[in-house]
Amino acid sequence: MNEPLLTIDGLRVSFTSDRSSREVLHGISLSVERGKVLALVGESGSGKSVTGLTTMGLLPKQAVVTEGTIRFRGQDITRHVPRSLRGAGIAMVFQNPRAALNPTRRVRDQLADVIRAHDRLDRAALQARLVELMHQVSITDVSRCLNAYPHQLSGGLCQRIVIAMAVACSPDLIIADEPTTGLDVLTQKSAMDLLLRLTREQDMGMILVTHDLGMAAQYSDDVAVMRHGEIVERGTPEMLFSNPQNNYTRRLVAACPNETSLLEAPEDAAARQESGPAVLLEVRNLVKEYQSGFRAVDDVSFSIRQGECLGLIGESGSGKSTISRLISRLVDVDSGEILFNGTSISSLSAEDFYRAPQRRQIQFVFQDAAGSLNPRYTAFRSIVDPLLRMGPVPEGDALAELVVQTARSVGLSEDMLERYPHQMSGGQCARVGIARAIIVSPDLLILDEPTAALDVLVQAEVLALLERLRRERGMSYLFVSHDLHVVRMLCDRAIILRKGRIVEAGRCENIFHAPQSNYTAQLLEAIPHFRPAACV
Amino acid sequence: MTMMNVTMRSKRFGFGRFIRQQPVAALAIGGLSIIVILAVLAPVISPYDPLASDVPHALLAPDGQHWFGTDELGRDVFSRILAAARLDLSIAVSAVAISLVAGVTVGCFCGYQGGWLDRVTGRIVDVLTAFPLFVMAMALVAVLGNSIANLIYATAIINFPFYIRIARSEVAARRNLGWVEAAHVSGTSPTRIVLMFLLPNILPTIVVQASLNLGWAILNAAGLSFLGLGIPVPTPEWGVMVANGAHFMSSGRWWLVVFPGGMLMVTILCFNLLGDGLRDLLDPRTRS
Repeated sequence: MNEPLLTIDGLRVSFTSDRSSREVLHGISLSVERGKVLALVGESGSGKSVTGLTTMGLLPKQAVVTEGTIRFRGQDITRHVPRSLRGAGIAMVFQNPRAALNPTRRVRDQLADVIRAHDRLDRAALQARLVELMHQVSITDVSRCLNAYPHQLSGGLCQRIVIAMAVACSPDLIIADEPTTGLDVLTQKSAMDLLLRLTREQDMGMILVTHDLGMAAQYSDDVAVMRHGEIVERGTPEMLFSNPQNNYTRRLVAACPNETSLLEAPEDAAARQESGPAVLLEVRNLVKEYQSGFRAVDDVSFSIRQGECLGLIGESGSGKSTISRLISRLVDVDSGEILFNGTSISSLSAEDFYRAPQRRQIQFVFQDAAGSLNPRYTAFRSIVDPLLRMGPVPEGDALAELVVQTARSVGLSEDMLERYPHQMSGGQCARVGIARAIIVSPDLLILDEPTAALDVLVQAEVLALLERLRRERGMSYLFVSHDLHVVRMLCDRAIILRKGRIVEAGRCENIFHAPQSNYTAQLLEAIPHFRPAACV
Repeated sequence: MTMMNVTMRSKRFGFGRFIRQQPVAALAIGGLSIIVILAVLAPVISPYDPLASDVPHALLAPDGQHWFGTDELGRDVFSRILAAARLDLSIAVSAVAISLVAGVTVGCFCGYQGGWLDRVTGRIVDVLTAFPLFVMAMALVAVLGNSIANLIYATAIINFPFYIRIARSEVAARRNLGWVEAAHVSGTSPTRIVLMFLLPNILPTIVVQASLNLGWAILNAAGLSFLGLGIPVPTPEWGVMVANGAHFMSSGRWWLVVFPGGMLMVTILCFNLLGDGLRDLLDPRTRS
């Protein structure tokens, strides 16, 4: 028997409603071997998650397999996945580890449920199995984790527990659907290392569903690139990413930020920095403390020059978002000072800052593009609103003209302006968010992870747009991100934050090529990348 | 100009499509329209004077002359039901309007501002809602005196805390959302944020509540009148009519209870069904 562990052959899946039927998978064929990882890569809507769900037999009711077969260990599971196979044969690691765990039950009970569903063990054997599982997923603090409720554990630990649940019944195949979304780079690395190790050790197969090309390259043996429900290219990561054959794969690879990609010619960047020496924003000894006594921002000082782009890098909880909110005056400062063009703007309370003349000059682009648009406003109203509030409002038709022109400069066509947020894609919402911020011609634009929720290709477009806007309008950027490559592409200087303090600050090329602190080096090391050998 | 066009065009929706998608709500709207038209036109279309007694023709069963029969004083039940519809609808609408405007204003303010004022208001609301509401309404009418105005005030006061609570929680849940923060960055004043950003977004919930509340307010007014509180005697009112008719049920004069009671039920049912339809109608996500 030399049959692969899982074979999918010509799989077609349609979503049907009362009247219409829409095919989302147009004949997918793939196979997974024992001990190997297959990565399914693609943008949102490419059908990669549906492929995983079909294999697991977890398709929603409206979806039907119209053609093709799925064979697992020689057994046909196309339309029915036997209960005995779920968990023990095929297991799944879900996207959001916290949501995948039951918040009202202890970790111990949840793990025990999974084990007992397939194995009748007595108390002692169960306890031994639980401890063994915890060791397998490299949890050292066994008794605390077992007795904790999910909310008492960090995101990384939760993901380990979810992985432990998946491997609890020694499955032969693991389907990991974006297993590290929402986790920090360092946590992501350890979770992925763990999954890879378990796959190899226990001779399982794994399907890794991801939109991150770097992760696919680093953790898989085989990659299938999906688009619009079809596999457009397959191959080993080395082949696929060094020499992509398909046009779409080529675009994806090119759009993915890596350690060499640049948006602006280095000489242009140097020339620009020479010419704009005036300091626009200065932050002195900034402190923000929350009620619990937790210091989100602890004595942070830096400055931004005119026309400069400063990157603010850190993991979740590092205080980077709080700093961006402090500077954009959405939150009040506890101590320290923010000087904008030499004037202190930290004395006026956040509630009254809408009256300040600097309100117009400091604008903000939010992380959740769709969520930052009023659901009852059309794109046009969202874009025009800041102008109506802060002026100067052009006379008559010039107002609509200006909105259309601004929309066009961010790549939004005129007919998009009539749409509501729920009628637009993530990328279009992001463009509306940017248009709204730049229509009042601010001097400083604060960008809080503006591309975090976007697909790679859209992210590349938005980054290029930001770079172009800065060149044309001479704005300064404070660019907040956890993605080091993105920061390096766009920014002149960067600050690395950890637990509210600055760990390292300096010019991007210095930070990325010769990091001074261990932490920065660790962060750089943890980014999944295309060419392992070419890492810093 | 363009802005007007943009908003006008996107708000358009087809009434035919609404009926197809929300047949129940469309039915409720139809039913309510009929009731409202009958109430408004009551003086014109009533076959008899609702207050004129005609003792020789007392307690007649429904026939071609008196569609819904006559009561113990010979008054035409159909005419009295129409007159009562006028009264009951106006009581319900005024009471709900008063409590909605007052409650939503206080609730929005508390929800947006937070702080000690919000906490104090929250406790007052808790105390008010902990009290048996119908008993409170009875007490209020008893203290203030029997009059239509007092009935309206009593109904408004017992509804007031619910609107505070709903508006408060809806606003508080949205206060820190991205698009509200974005409005701050756009230089929008707090007052404007509450009025132009938060209020329109919580309106669907409020309107649904108001619709359910209208039915409830009618029931409340009828209930108080049934107990002899609120509406002075000769005035036709559904609750009073049911109360009077109850005496004659045992002797088989069913029409005195069934017709006013049925009107009450149909009206309340229509308001309740309307609530759900309105929620969908006001949701921008259902606009194409």
